[in-house]
Amino acid sequence: MNEQETHHPGAEVEPASTSSTAVRLDEGHIIGTGGVPERFTNPGLPAHVARAADLDEAAARRAEKQVATLFGLSILGTLAFIVLYFAVDLDQTVFVPGIGVTNASNLALGTTMALGMLGIGFGAVHWAKTLMPDEEVVEERHPMRASDESRERVVKVLAEGGEQSQITRRPLIKYTMGGALGLFAVPLVLQVAGSLGPMPQKSLSRTFWNGGPSGPGEDPEFRPLRLMRDPEGTPVKAEDVTIGSVFHIMPEGLLPNPDDPEAEYLEKHILEEKAKAAVILIRLDEDLIESQKQRDWGHQGIVAYSKICTHVGCPVGLYEQQTHHLLCPCHQSTFDVTQDCKVIFGPAKRPLPQLKITVDDEGYLVSAAPFAEAVGPSFWERG
Amino acid sequence: MSTTTARPADALREGDTPAEAAPSGAARRVGGIAGWVDDRTGAAKPVGYLMKKVFPDHWSFMLGEIAMYSMIICLITGAFLTFWFVPSAGHTVYDGSFVPLRGVGMSEAYASTLNISFDIKGGLIIRQIHHWAALMFIVALTVHMFRVFFTGAFRKPREINWVIGTVLALLAIVEGFAGYSLPDDLLSGTGIRAMAGFVQTAPVIGTYLVYGIFGGPFPGEMIIPRLYSVHILLLPAILIGLFTAHIGLVFVQKHTQYPGPGRTNENVVGFPVMPVYAAKAGGFFFIVFGVLAMISALVQINPVWAYGPYDPSPVTAGSQPDWYMGFADGALRLLPGWLEFEFWGYTLSLNIALGALVLLPLVYTVLGIYPFVERWVTKDDREHHLLDRPRNNPVRTGIGMAGITAYSIFMFAAGNDIMAIKLGMSINDITWFFRIGLFVLPPLMFWVTKRICLSLQRRDRDTVLHGRETGTIIRTPDGKYFERHDTELTADQWVLVQHDPVAPLELETEVDEHGVARKTSRLAKAKVALSRFYFADAVNPVTPAELAAAHHHGEEHEAIEAAPSADESEPAQVGRH
Amino acid sequence: MNSLAARRRHPAAIAVLIILGLFLTGAVYAAFAPKPADATTKALPAQTVEEGKALFRANCASCHGLNAEGRATGNGDKVAGPALAGVGAGAVEFQMGTGRMPLAGPKVQAPARGEVKFSQDQIDAIGAYIASLSPGPERPSAEAIDPTKGDPAKGGELFRVNCAMCHNFAGAGGALTRGKYAPALTGTSDEHIYLAMTTGPQSMPVFNDSNLSPEAKRDIIAFLNTIEEQPKQGGLSLGSMGPVSEGLFAWVFGLGIFVAVPCGSAPNRPSTPSRFPTRPSNRRSVPR
Repeated sequence: MNEQETHHPGAEVEPASTSSTAVRLDEGHIIGTGGVPERFTNPGLPAHVARAADLDEAAARRAEKQVATLFGLSILGTLAFIVLYFAVDLDQTVFVPGIGVTNASNLALGTTMALGMLGIGFGAVHWAKTLMPDEEVVEERHPMRASDESRERVVKVLAEGGEQSQITRRPLIKYTMGGALGLFAVPLVLQVAGSLGPMPQKSLSRTFWNGGPSGPGEDPEFRPLRLMRDPEGTPVKAEDVTIGSVFHIMPEGLLPNPDDPEAEYLEKHILEEKAKAAVILIRLDEDLIESQKQRDWGHQGIVAYSKICTHVGCPVGLYEQQTHHLLCPCHQSTFDVTQDCKVIFGPAKRPLPQLKITVDDEGYLVSAAPFAEAVGPSFWERG
Repeated sequence: MSTTTARPADALREGDTPAEAAPSGAARRVGGIAGWVDDRTGAAKPVGYLMKKVFPDHWSFMLGEIAMYSMIICLITGAFLTFWFVPSAGHTVYDGSFVPLRGVGMSEAYASTLNISFDIKGGLIIRQIHHWAALMFIVALTVHMFRVFFTGAFRKPREINWVIGTVLALLAIVEGFAGYSLPDDLLSGTGIRAMAGFVQTAPVIGTYLVYGIFGGPFPGEMIIPRLYSVHILLLPAILIGLFTAHIGLVFVQKHTQYPGPGRTNENVVGFPVMPVYAAKAGGFFFIVFGVLAMISALVQINPVWAYGPYDPSPVTAGSQPDWYMGFADGALRLLPGWLEFEFWGYTLSLNIALGALVLLPLVYTVLGIYPFVERWVTKDDREHHLLDRPRNNPVRTGIGMAGITAYSIFMFAAGNDIMAIKLGMSINDITWFFRIGLFVLPPLMFWVTKRICLSLQRRDRDTVLHGRETGTIIRTPDGKYFERHDTELTADQWVLVQHDPVAPLELETEVDEHGVARKTSRLAKAKVALSRFYFADAVNPVTPAELAAAHHHGEEHEAIEAAPSADESEPAQVGRH
Repeated sequence: MNSLAARRRHPAAIAVLIILGLFLTGAVYAAFAPKPADATTKALPAQTVEEGKALFRANCASCHGLNAEGRATGNGDKVAGPALAGVGAGAVEFQMGTGRMPLAGPKVQAPARGEVKFSQDQIDAIGAYIASLSPGPERPSAEAIDPTKGDPAKGGELFRVNCAMCHNFAGAGGALTRGKYAPALTGTSDEHIYLAMTTGPQSMPVFNDSNLSPEAKRDIIAFLNTIEEQPKQGGLSLGSMGPVSEGLFAWVFGLGIFVAVPCGSAPNRPSTPSRFPTRPSNRRSVPR
């Protein structure tokens, strides 16, 4: 409810006079202000209070000295910067209480630069506050709108110009101009939009595990690839993987293998392939694995999953050994490895795709098939 | 003009304005260069105009200055960085002076950033100033935006400036994102990976968009050079243009001022640019620069050497974007996975699209249109140059606080894992707290803020109505004692009563003057409903009549017996001073 | 009266008095408080399996079972303490040497504690006993953990792929699910880093030698030593937590400094009477 009712619905009596004059007590119910104005009036600017430096020349001289000192400190700071720039080497360190050992050059150059700047800044502000006039000045505002004459003049000029150009009389010109102007930017937009990048084709659904490079237009033929340690590049034997351990895996042929200098590895587009081919390898007690498919696609409890989160693509590296949960550090999507990496918390929806693995005749783990679905974040056409 | 005998041609001169007097000696003596320039450009006129402009004095007006100066410092330090930074994703092996990365393969961009940090004198301090200034720029513009919002400075004629400011805010955070992703370190690269992931999920066009942005599959070689041209060319150009218009409008429209004695809607009270503001504002630039330099000397920021170069396989715990992108990252953490739907072979990832693609434009659109919504609700076409005290518009202030609460929940959610480890809490519990809090806390904050504002307004009314205790005790013939309160308004109470009273809009009467039923449109009904939402419990300022009425009983023998009216703060007390 | 007495009614006097009282109470308590009960027996001669067994029975069997076979709580799958078969002397050294064991009480995760309750001889004895039950990870040799023999750059690459996602890029620690966490690595000894990798305590996976070779482990130790010894290049590291702490600093201190500077600096006016002739009453009437 209004705290102050400005009108009373119902019986109202027209005031005998305007609201700000006094009324007589026999006039009945009158709306008015009883002789006082409707609103308070602005008391006007308060009297100016002088500052010390306005009244007292000694105070003013003191202020001048203070300003000069500040400016002087700035000069000192700048000079110190120049000296320290040459004097302090980049590998020097210095101990600062509260910070520890820090880079001496950064500290020296930064603090002297700061002194140089702050001296000027504080000096100027102090000068303004103590010595420059602090009597308030009043500037009148004018309505923002232009005068009516200006407006009419503009309208007249435009209208006349439009009429003189004959555009209103010549619709053919008007429409074709609209068409031309509307279209002229299309070549610029088309060039940029069309040439920015290639069409993805099937690239988002393929990885290096398909048999080789999987960029747009590339269609590798599947061959089993060994699972190699990332970043060392050495292959992994099934017996190396013990319960409770986690291996970070890249496919054979992606990274150089220090044990086999003759082996080929990728020279170009390495990061693009890594971004889809990263795999995480875990061994579980087979009894804990709930789905038969997960057991079949693994090898004696060793299971391999895509490491690329199905949310927005960060690597899901955090393996909690005791709970068998995989946690993505970016947005905390949590996958349960015993349930085929189903999402149990967080913003991801789809489980991590499993890579089917087996062992080759030397006992090394190899892929048995490429990923059965696209790895990483979802996309419209994913299906 | 000529005062000689009239000639026929004189008729042609009717209506001529008299020529101006010949310039005085001083005006002719304007110093060498300035005179030279003015001879060729006429610059004396606008310079004179600018120099005498009056700006009001209040600390909250400096927030925009901090933002402006921080941006300028970013431009200066950024220009320096371009002399050493190599915007290339090409592969190289590091052999600079930072030992823990010697022999490690990385991109040229990362290697050049390490070079700047460790092998260029002053490189690290310039880099740190650049990044701290970027953070301060966005902090300051955010707080500046809060100040403008809560004081209603976006009202006519400043709606354009508000919209420009909103666009500046949006571009600033994109600029920051592009900037900190340039070094191609593990942390910012993870952020780019997340960006690629959520762009990819855009319906229909996502895969084409992401391959277009990256020039192929993620990460590709194009993203670093493209971010570079966005960061040093496209966005700075737009930012500088918009901010020039922003400042220009402030000069043309004159700055708003807080209400106070002597300050009206038709004047500006303050100090002129020359000499006071030139010194104060100019000095403040050096203070901002100096403080940023001091912070950069003492506090480390973005230690890219510690993160390592970007690779899609490793990741660090505690992966967050810079603070101003936190609200989008937090949204991605809070949105639940069941919002992703698959149908007919297509996948619609609302769990990602809502947080990453919709939220950002939505927030800035809501911000940008607010002045127009308020104008629609209040039907207020007057120019406003006096600022509102936030308490005098409780619903606007409440809406603002609710908005800040919602934004803060998103932003703090992005730090949920840091909170979990620093406070020893479960990250799952923290996430759920924010999920539920997002719906519960903003309305709660609105209600609490509105109530606080209304209480403050009532307190202001009470302060005025209480009057000034004179210490004069009056005894009436009946034997009652009371203290006379002076009902004159003191000058420092002017602020409490200067604002305009408000009331909700009313629907036009159902029946027009001929007795025909009037069809009220839905829009009009909505407007009235919204207006009631804004102003139904308005607390209006004390009027002189109310003040007089509040103490009327004290003067003569009448009305003492009447119960104290609602406008009285307390019954008169004896002996209280 | 002297100057101290003259200020006895100063508003801060009561605060100072309370602080002094608290300090005094704390000091007296610290001086006279009973020391925590020492559950160990007196220092023993050479470590023996029998000594270890006795110590184990006295201190660990209540949770881990009399023969280290583990003890269920009877509450579903929950265990009071797991079976220790195969954990080896390495796990004993890690858990007890970092103060994690004996666990003070049931927790989501055993935290490392500053004070270690047992002497090194006693830990070795218990370790020998556990190792005698069945073979497990052993304590590393001095050479295996010598950081000067490791390659910090390679160690960094290994650390970032295998460790940083839990422990953070600088080893400052990170959150796991449900209140568990990967602790900060600063202040942990080289041997304990090695043993944590080989024994995989609690949530941490086991990084056996076929996963991360002993050389790889030494490289990681070298890397961790290097980054701990590195000067804080740019200044205060704010906890090495990344942009969150930097943003917090900008808001709190950055904005704080900038607002304090104009607010704090006021023009100096002489001490003349205030602007307006009469001060209104105790009611606050000038809003800010």
